[in-house]
Amino acid sequence: MTKIISGSELASSLEEKLPGCITASNEVDVWVSPESLLDVCETLKDPEGLDFSYLTSISAVDYIDNFELVYHVLSMRNNYSGVIKCRCSSEGNLRGEPTVSSVTGIWKGADLQEREIWDLMGIKFEGHPNLKRILLWEGFDGHPLRKDYLG
Amino acid sequence: MNYLSGFVDFYTFYDLSLSLFQYFGFGDNAQWMSYLTAGVIISFIVINIMILSTAFYTWFERRVLGRFQVRRGPNRNGPFGILQPFADVLKLIMKEDTIPSEADRPVFTLAPIALVAPTLLIMAVIPMGETSFLGSLNIGILFIVGVTSVNSIAIFMAGWGSRNKYAILGSMRGAAMLISYEIPMALGITSVLLMSGSLAMTNIVSSQNVWFILVMPLGFFVFMAAATAEISRTPFDQIEAESELGSGYNTEFSGIKFAILFLAEFMAPIVTAAVVATLFLGGTKGFDPIPGQIWFALKMFVVIFVLLWFRATWPRLRIDQIMGFAWKGLFGLGIFNIFIIAIEIMIFKTEDGTLSTSHMLIMSGINWIITIVTLLTLMRIYGHKKLERPIPVPSPLANMGVEAD
Amino acid sequence: MTGIRTEPITINLGPQHPSTHGVFRLRVTFDGEEIIDAEPVFGYLHRGTEKLAESRNYVQIVTLTDRMDYLASMSNNLAYVRTVEKLADIEVPERAQYIRVISAELQRIASHLMATGFLLNDLGALATPLVYCFRERERILDLFEMLCGARITLSYMRPGGVLQDAPEDFWPSLDSLIGDLPHYFDELESLITSNEIVLARTKNVGLLTDEQAIDSSMSGPNLRASGVKWDLRKADPYEIYDRVKFDVPIGAIGDTYDRYLVRILEMRESVKIIEQCLEQIESGPIRADTPFFIRPAAGEAYAAVEGPKGELGFYMVSDGGVAPYRCKVRAPSFINLTPLRDMLKGWKMGDLIIIFGSIDVVLGEVDR
Repeated sequence: MTKIISGSELASSLEEKLPGCITASNEVDVWVSPESLLDVCETLKDPEGLDFSYLTSISAVDYIDNFELVYHVLSMRNNYSGVIKCRCSSEGNLRGEPTVSSVTGIWKGADLQEREIWDLMGIKFEGHPNLKRILLWEGFDGHPLRKDYLG
Repeated sequence: MNYLSGFVDFYTFYDLSLSLFQYFGFGDNAQWMSYLTAGVIISFIVINIMILSTAFYTWFERRVLGRFQVRRGPNRNGPFGILQPFADVLKLIMKEDTIPSEADRPVFTLAPIALVAPTLLIMAVIPMGETSFLGSLNIGILFIVGVTSVNSIAIFMAGWGSRNKYAILGSMRGAAMLISYEIPMALGITSVLLMSGSLAMTNIVSSQNVWFILVMPLGFFVFMAAATAEISRTPFDQIEAESELGSGYNTEFSGIKFAILFLAEFMAPIVTAAVVATLFLGGTKGFDPIPGQIWFALKMFVVIFVLLWFRATWPRLRIDQIMGFAWKGLFGLGIFNIFIIAIEIMIFKTEDGTLSTSHMLIMSGINWIITIVTLLTLMRIYGHKKLERPIPVPSPLANMGVEAD
Repeated sequence: MTGIRTEPITINLGPQHPSTHGVFRLRVTFDGEEIIDAEPVFGYLHRGTEKLAESRNYVQIVTLTDRMDYLASMSNNLAYVRTVEKLADIEVPERAQYIRVISAELQRIASHLMATGFLLNDLGALATPLVYCFRERERILDLFEMLCGARITLSYMRPGGVLQDAPEDFWPSLDSLIGDLPHYFDELESLITSNEIVLARTKNVGLLTDEQAIDSSMSGPNLRASGVKWDLRKADPYEIYDRVKFDVPIGAIGDTYDRYLVRILEMRESVKIIEQCLEQIESGPIRADTPFFIRPAAGEAYAAVEGPKGELGFYMVSDGGVAPYRCKVRAPSFINLTPLRDMLKGWKMGDLIIIFGSIDVVLGEVDR
């Protein structure tokens, strides 16, 4: 069975290596700050450390006052999985386009998923090689999956 | 054995119309007028026979392919769908005949005609009796090889005239493939000529006391492979591969032009079957009392069915593999075959330069053994061994069974 | 080299095409016959499933999930209802689990048959292997019709179980099909697996190493063909997969031939699974007692199944209402397209369609 690494365990291992990156954590989940996201992901992928070699999926959820990015990662060598969350919002203008760094350099599988999140949710990924709309056509106005997008 | 008699050809009509015009007192003009009349009548007969046979061949192919593929073929138009080709042609005639605005008009319009004319011409010189439709040509085989080369220019014309990226791509590959395969075809024919000693088709037929497929199986293999590629049928039909980049060289053709291209594509196997039957299967030879023409039709039918079988079963080769097969495989095999046949003829030749039936039988025995050994060795070296699959080893990067602590 | 100046040519393998599997566009740059760059463009089939799911209740979303990977409805349904059950803590009765696994494995066989048939169609074998594959797929679709009345968009599963029990004549038909399938796979393999032409065109074509595959988040038969032995049914067993014995076939080097062969071997394993399920199944309830409007407690859940195309997962966030707050689909075909560009570079035009066909993409899932 794939063991699910709990939030508190992840929080403690991450806090050891990168102090100050965790914004919140409880039994199940752990939230990291958007600025430290890139370092956190590198630590996660480190083969000597946690060895999360496989990025299962990146999701984005729109809680009205902020956006939340959820990274499901998996370690195939050791058969355990974990969840990292990251809350982001754009400065001042709550409905603008929050910017987060892209993890494409760490896991290539993030490529198309981050484009989809940009397309449908409007979260910008800095450092992505090709951040264009993917499911909707170029020139489409707005980001449909947001809660305030109507028609 | 009168397997070569009773045939109507150019000269019967010529004599008929000559006597007719002389009777009506045309005098000196009678000769060229009767040539003209006989020519028109023979062309009419040949074209009609060929087009009707092609029409029925398309129906036959679609039914048989359906049978191979566990489904029915066409069965709506007429009993057993036999009027399907006529329905197809009617539909194509009624379509609008589009020409792209940038197309090269003369080349575009002439391409279908250039494709169908050689095929009809070849059929006209195949002996189906004492002579062929155009009389007994004493350079029959040379004529056929020369006329087949027009195919490649016609395919190139079709693609070039369309001014379409995909069409040009397709036709360039097609032209390259067709001219590459003319050499193995000529090599296969040369071995037949060594045995028969003459270029005339009737002499080739009459010298086959033992069918040449038995005497030189390697030559038959080389010729059959080269002929399948010349008429671009599976497994060599890369140029009209519908599943890649549109429809190849006939993308821009519609209406009657497309109908003619389609006709040429389906007439080619019939003509190839006729040539193979003449060169390798003994032509009109058979047992009495069934007339030679019926034997010829039967042999053609077998070859057509085999070509259809190839089409139904095999996938197609990639263009570089096709070229490699021609230049490396068939070319070498063709030369090897000529070498062997030449040696054997020198050994077995009698005083006056002919070969008797028993000699031919001995040759066929030796040649079959040589062919099987050669082909098996080549398959071993280049085939399965190179394409063997290594035993899969699970990657160390994943461990499913680990029960994490 | 002086004299001739050549220029790469960009060709558009347009959305309407006889051989791409659905509306998919590739802008390919060729240098002669060799591919320098290939840019996939899709989104022609985007219907906004995730947004629609936010305004439908949990049972209505089952019909939405059918239409994502329309060739493997049962797997989509299974992934979705498992997520809802995880979210709402619903316990599924045993008989329902067995029927679910039987349907999922039958669906896997149907989907792989279709993938194999179309790969061979792209290779140019006219339509003969395709029709042979479809002949058996027809029997599977007839079985599905017995189960739920539809052939392709099935909507058979519900949170808590399945829609209805299998009718009486389902079990004998299933028995006869399972008996016929191994001979049928032998016939198909004898036609294809050792065919020289298929070998020459697919061997060593479109290589994907295991590191590349894991890094690009590939899943399913494509991942296994690269040598990575990872199957969710064994790594993280769900339903009753821990009670049946089966093997996970892997490939040797990750070329197109391996991807084809892994699918054929997986179909044989599915037959074994169904046989064991038929022995173990017992009578009982087929649906847990859930209220009409399922209102899970506020929270979130992620559950995945091993679909025929790869790991199909749902991430759902609930706020306690009748409809989910967020329903995200982890679509395997979408993510399997990540390494497409790298897989295509350096190959010839004739290999393009074959490599793309061997990844086995369904556009409904890519675009959602």
